[in-house]
This record gives sequence, structure tokens and C-alpha cells, in this order.
Amino acid sequence: MTSLSPKLTQKLAWGFAWVVGIITVLVLLFIIGYVLTKGLSVISPVFLFTEPEGGLSGKGGISSCIVATLWLIAITMAILNPLGIGAAIYLAEYAPDNRFTHLIRYSVELLAGVPSILFGLFGFAVFVLALHFNYSILAGALTLVCLLLPFLVRSAEEAMRAVPQSQREAALALGATKWQTVAHVIMPAALPGIVTGVILCIGGIVAESACLYVTMGGSARMPTSFLSEGRTLAVHVFYLAMETNALDKALATGAVLIILILIVNFITRWLSQRLQAKMRGGT
Amino acid sequence: MSRYFVDRLSRHIVFIFGVAAFLILVFIAIFILKESLPALREVGIVDMLFGAKWYPSLEAFGILTMLAGSIVTTLLALVIAVPLAVGCAIFLAEVAPLRIRNITRAAVELLVGIPSVVYGLVGMIVLCPVIADLSGTGSGSSVLAAAIVLAIMVLPTITSISEDSIRAVPAQYKEGALALGATHWQVIHHVLLPAARRGIITAVILGTGRAIGETMAMVMVIGNSPIFPTNIFAPARTLTGNIAVEIAAATGMHESALFATGLALFILVLFINSIGLLVYRRA
Repeated sequence: MTSLSPKLTQKLAWGFAWVVGIITVLVLLFIIGYVLTKGLSVISPVFLFTEPEGGLSGKGGISSCIVATLWLIAITMAILNPLGIGAAIYLAEYAPDNRFTHLIRYSVELLAGVPSILFGLFGFAVFVLALHFNYSILAGALTLVCLLLPFLVRSAEEAMRAVPQSQREAALALGATKWQTVAHVIMPAALPGIVTGVILCIGGIVAESACLYVTMGGSARMPTSFLSEGRTLAVHVFYLAMETNALDKALATGAVLIILILIVNFITRWLSQRLQAKMRGGT
Repeated sequence: MSRYFVDRLSRHIVFIFGVAAFLILVFIAIFILKESLPALREVGIVDMLFGAKWYPSLEAFGILTMLAGSIVTTLLALVIAVPLAVGCAIFLAEVAPLRIRNITRAAVELLVGIPSVVYGLVGMIVLCPVIADLSGTGSGSSVLAAAIVLAIMVLPTITSISEDSIRAVPAQYKEGALALGATHWQVIHHVLLPAARRGIITAVILGTGRAIGETMAMVMVIGNSPIFPTNIFAPARTLTGNIAVEIAAATGMHESALFATGLALFILVLFINSIGLLVYRRA
């Protein structure tokens, strides 16, 4: 093989890099554009506010799926936030640098890599069967807490570690207890970072399907309490695509999902820009 | 309550929360193992791992075809995704002008957030018919469709970690090489990529772990027949899909065999991610 001149290789490599970058953007635009253009024309107030018929028909709207998703977000958040932020406070502020702390950190990292469906199996064995919550929104929410915990812990811990050491020292020097320092100095300073993590978790709940498919039952009826079965929007897309011919409605539900994810993305972006501006402002 | 009491109380509470991630990981391992023991005893580990027949109604529980299905789709997806992702990382870190970089990076971040069912849906509607035309038979639900969808799904993970590690190479390396008269591409090829090698390998390993755990999108485009993935235009089934498709209707030994499927997946993923974490720590 004759070797190419460095300049020609440079040009070829640049061409490849540009093509790959453009492909990535095009793939994204295609997926989002396709789902939105096909889906938005189906979305109407009637579609949003009527219940799906369920079963094999594919008729009806998505009202019960919206309600189930909201229930799920509320319950998951109520359990996940104290647990995740508490764990992050422990790891960032209290944990001694010893083997046990390393073990905890290692398990947070390993847990983050465990597939959703295995959390689903675990939730099915523990919450659905052993604890007799049956297929329910509660069982789904508890499963999601396990799934999202490592993510929230990592982002909240990172936000707390970014608070300058001098602020801790100043508070302690003024006679504050450790907890007062955490609650009144560190938490407010780390709040934007923590909120970003929490919002990304909401995005994760909206997008999640595998572990909910095996713990929430998937009934299309309107949930009446947190012990009802439920079907989130993402799981509804799966049922429509696999069991009915209503691909147009699957695309419409997918369009609602994409809009929600775009909103989540927009908020986190805005928050992190504000955070950066604040950092530059020197507080 | 005195502030000293609150201080001591909160110290204990955050400690308990801090241990939660570790406990969840242990519980997941224990429960999945416990639930799969009946099947492992009845069928035997060897017959289960190397059995090619999965006929739950005949009590035949061999998972070899699904194991092969997971591994083949993942490897095929990596063959497609790794060159694109590394190219994209080079594009973002070294080639693209600032504005185009920002757009591309936003696209990569958004790709992470899109729900897996949306990827599956677009794959079903757009990709499968194309593949059906190419192969001339079937519905297009195939190993190839699964691999392409999976490649798009792991692309952002591999891209962003690779980009970070290319950026983390000290500027002096690059400046030194440029000062010696190397072209920009020679610098990337002979200096930056070798220096960022570990980070890129970590990115690929983490992407592999994610690909093997993907469930709903796979169920939607792979056809879910438990046969060996010898033909990329033919259907197959993944370990994850086996669990998702059958768990709701399974009882007794069948249910236990599905947990054993989960156990195989769990061990596979922990193994892959542990290697990833080890490489990452050394990087």
C-alpha cells in the first residue's frame, strides 16, 4: 500500500469527521422530526382527554396514561428525593475515607450500570409478589426509586462537592453544627445542581419502560389510587406498537413523550447556564 | 429540639440513606439468585446455559439462543457505533467550529434522553420495512434492525465519554507535536488518540453494558423468536426480551427460569461494567 501524503490524509480525516458529525445531527433530526410530524397531526384535546380502550383495539386517547405517569412521578419523587439527597449528603460531607465508603461508592457505580429490566425483575419479586403490592403504581414507583437512586446520588454529590471548602469552614467557625452547615450553607449553594439532577430523574421516569412493564400491570383504565394498576405513556407506546394496528396513535403518544423530554432538556440547560453565570459572578 | 440533638440525629439518618445503594445492589443479587434457584436445580446450570431449546410448555429451558442473540446484536451494534462515535468525538473535540460543536453536542445529549420505546417505534415503522425489502422475506424484524437501533442508542454514550477523554489530554502534548511540524490529523492520530485510549476503551465498555441491557426497543424490532442469530435478516431474541415478553404469563418453574435468565444477564453486565470501571480508574 502506498502511503498517502500527510496533507491528503488530513483532508480525508477531516472529511470523515464532518460526515460523522453531520450524520449524528441528521439522525436526531430525523427521529424527532419523523415522530413529531406524524404524531402532532393526531394530537387533539379529544386525544389527550379520553381514555384508551385498551386491549387490541387501539381506540381512544391517552388520558389515563397521562394520569398514571403523573402519579408515578409524584410517588417516585416523594421517596427518591429524600433518600438520594440524604445519601449524597452522607457521601459528600460525612463519609470517612475508608474501605466501607469505597464499597458504597463502588456499588453506586455498579448499580448505575444494571439494566432496567433487572430492576424490573427485582421489583416484581419483592414489591409485586413478596410485599403484596401486586401490579401497581406503588410497585412501579419503588422499582424506579432503586433504578434512579445511583444517578441522583452522583449528581447531588457532585453539586455539593463543588461548594467551596471556605464556606464550610466559615460556617463552622461561626459556631454552626455540622448539620446547620449542611442545611443552611451547603444545600442552598448546591441547589441548582441538585435540582438539575432531580429534573433529569423526572425525564428518566417519563422515558422508562422496561422495569415498569413488568411491575405496573399495564391496565389502560384510569388509576384511582397509588395501588391501582397503571400504564405510563412510554409503556402505552409499546402496547400500541406491539398489540394493535394503531401506529398513528403510537406516534402521537411518542410525540407527547418527545415534547416532554425536550422540555426537561430545555429546563436543565437553562438551569446550568444560570449556575455558570452565578459562578462567574463570584458568589 | 436542641441543635446538637438534630446534628446527631441527622448524622445517623444520612448514614442509613448512604448505605441504601449498597443494600439495593445486594438485595437485587440475592432476590434474583433466590428466585432462580429452583430452575437451576431442576434443569442444571450447564443444561440451562448450553441448552439450545426454550420451550416453556415442555419444561425445556435452555438460554443459549438468547445469550447468543444478546451478544451478536451487541457486537454488531458496536461495529456500527464505535467508528461513528469515535469520529464524532474527534469532530466535537478537535474539528468542529464552536457553533457547530454546540449544535452537535446538544443533539448528542438529546439522543440520550429519547425514550427507548420511541427508538423502537421508529425502527419498527421506518427501518424494518427497508430491511424486509432488502432481504425479500419476512417483516424485517431482525438481528440487523436490532443492531442498527442499538447502535444509534449507544452512540451518544460512547461519543460523550470519548470526547471528554480526548479533551483531558494535556495541551502541551498537542502543542509539542504541532511545533514539530505534524499536521493536525497526525497530532490526533499519533498523540491525542493514544493518550486518550483508556478513556475511549472505557466508553466502549460502558456502551456495551448499556447495549446488552436494552430491552423494549429490542423487543420491538428483533422479532423475539428464540432461534440462533445465524442470519442477520432473521429474527432472534435477547436475554432482556425473554424476560420482558414472558414474565407476566409465567408461573412456577417457567418463572424461575426467567429469573435465571436475569441472573445470566446480571452476571454478564456486572462482569462487563467491572472491567469498564477498572480501566476507567486507571485512566
